[in-house]
Amino acid sequence: MSEKRQRLVEIRWHGRGGQGSVIASELLAEAAMDEGEYFQAFPDYGPERMGAPVRAYTRISTSPIRQHHQIIDPDAVAVLDMTLLGVVDVTEGLKDDGALIVNTSKSPAEIRQILKLDKARVYTVDASRIAMDTLGRNIPNTPMIGAIIKATGVVSREGVVRTIQERLGARLSKGMVEANVRAVERALAETQQG
Amino acid sequence: METRVKGKLLAFRGDEAVAEAMRQINPDVVAAYPITPQTETVQAFSQFVANGEVDTEFIAVESEHAAMSACIGAAAAGGRAQTATSGPGLALMWEMLWVASGMRLPIVMPVVNRTLSAPINILCDHSDSMGARDAGWLQLYAESMQEAYDNTIQAVRIAEHPRVMLPIMSCLDGFILGHSFEPIEILPDEAVREFVGTYKPGYSLLDVDHPVTYGPIDFHGHFFEHKRQQVDGMESAPEVVLQVGREFGELTGRYYGLTEGYELEDADFVIVALGSVTGTIKTVVDDLRQQGQRVGLLRIRCFRPFPAQEIAQALGNKKAVAVLDRSLSFGAQAHQVYLEVVTALYTHGYAPKVVNYVYGIGGRDTLPHEVEQVYRELAEVDKTGVIQPVVRYLTVRE
Amino acid sequence: MKAKGWKELTTQGALIAEPGNSDTYETGSWRSRRPKFIPEKCSHCFICWVFCPEGSIRVEDEKMVGIDLRYCKGCGICATECPRDAIEMGEEFVAEKGA
Repeated sequence: MSEKRQRLVEIRWHGRGGQGSVIASELLAEAAMDEGEYFQAFPDYGPERMGAPVRAYTRISTSPIRQHHQIIDPDAVAVLDMTLLGVVDVTEGLKDDGALIVNTSKSPAEIRQILKLDKARVYTVDASRIAMDTLGRNIPNTPMIGAIIKATGVVSREGVVRTIQERLGARLSKGMVEANVRAVERALAETQQG
Repeated sequence: METRVKGKLLAFRGDEAVAEAMRQINPDVVAAYPITPQTETVQAFSQFVANGEVDTEFIAVESEHAAMSACIGAAAAGGRAQTATSGPGLALMWEMLWVASGMRLPIVMPVVNRTLSAPINILCDHSDSMGARDAGWLQLYAESMQEAYDNTIQAVRIAEHPRVMLPIMSCLDGFILGHSFEPIEILPDEAVREFVGTYKPGYSLLDVDHPVTYGPIDFHGHFFEHKRQQVDGMESAPEVVLQVGREFGELTGRYYGLTEGYELEDADFVIVALGSVTGTIKTVVDDLRQQGQRVGLLRIRCFRPFPAQEIAQALGNKKAVAVLDRSLSFGAQAHQVYLEVVTALYTHGYAPKVVNYVYGIGGRDTLPHEVEQVYRELAEVDKTGVIQPVVRYLTVRE
Repeated sequence: MKAKGWKELTTQGALIAEPGNSDTYETGSWRSRRPKFIPEKCSHCFICWVFCPEGSIRVEDEKMVGIDLRYCKGCGICATECPRDAIEMGEEFVAEKGA
């Protein structure tokens, strides 16, 4: 592995249509711009229906990203909907020292038990409850970004906040943008590792 | 010599970056019909129109056949006309593609590559544009989103060159580039407008003081001569593609040619490909080079016209070559790009061992280890001297 | 006249840049049936003028005065459409062509 490839971080997102996985994959990617890094986010489109399992990907790198293929051995996997655990093999290809981040009220130990997982680092955050508290709707994508930066440090908190303000600010009210920022902050504080 | 301008690095989705290029070009007429995976291009552009950010007359047509027909009318009237499409949309334009090129109208069309049904599939392969390769349009294929943006701008100058005067497709892989979200360097509006300049058509259907007839009846008397003249327009294009690519490089620092070699010169084993897969192949070449393997890539950027001599000379003395096709030519001996490359080699007096790989059909992903497999098999071809099977299907399950 | 080679073509895409060249193309040579105008029956309604595909109906002082046989190709639409039967189609003889 060349040095530049070692500094490539690859993240896979699992969610259901309507939960904002694709937007989250892009928000996280764009946050890397603050550090002058390169990024790439892309969805894996199947039937684009509300509720259907969807996958999205984020690459962040210190050098230009030329490859255009799906991520097969991710450094981190984010699961936006716990019901996917029984439907999709979310840990497929996850690196031994990678991070699994799940939106759940359960503890990391319980998730390990469910998945019979003894490798990797496991993080849990109740992103849906945070979303309900801050946004008033179960759109767990922005709190999951908070959990990912807690678990991986791949981008800075400031980069994420700046991106949310710019990107979501173009479409949402000021109040909703601030609520999304609060959701990220809460997830940063509440994410547990185990 | 142009002064280099500094663009702004912005996060974009591929389709929207293409729309951004169209906004900066500010065409007179855009007639388009939305189709997955091109939809975001038309959606974004129609918002520019609604917001008054362009002077373009936007025609929301009822089909792609109508989109191309409207572009033909607009271009014949002396306007700069553009549209964009994908897969079945391009297929529905079929009849009018030939009219556009036969009438020598320099229409620019981003094609967001999508396969053709059946079975139903919205994902990427090159069945659409490869199927239209004989329609008299120039074709550029982008490796990256940046190039898709850059090609759309250069396409205007190439198509409108007086010796070319042919329509052009700026192809980018659907979803893979079209829905990918990356930082790309967006040029200042003025720089793009200055680069593309003002279109000065030789004739206009609306110039009532100098009335002309476009598309007359033309039978055995002159039709063949007019088609031969059209071939000449295509044959004039490589020089123009190179000239425009050079000028664009002087402006932006990003130079473009007809083909691009990557670790090619001293390579024994070479993959020839076009589209986004070449980015992945480059990363594999880097890895294999670190292991001491002499592997390389020849990327074809301009497929129409086909730069035969350049390709033959680049590949002539290689030990083994794999040509990748992301489309099927049913019933042919092999597939589209392969047949072009082999013909180029033969007619220029070269005979390296060349095999054909079909990959990525209907959106099938192509992973680095699968590219490595191709290089391994090339070494095997060289060792044994056996090229059979000539056509191989990468990743297909037996 | 020798037909032009492709290198001699002055426009691209078969574009015709000199207007009005239909003037020199006398479609009257196609005619195998000849119209005969019967002025006494004509009410000058100009239905023949509307229908004639070659613009061969001659008009003077807002009156229909006859048919321009240089361009009339003998299709007979005028005779069919005339509500007064003021045009009759008859035999065309080679010797009379161009009259």
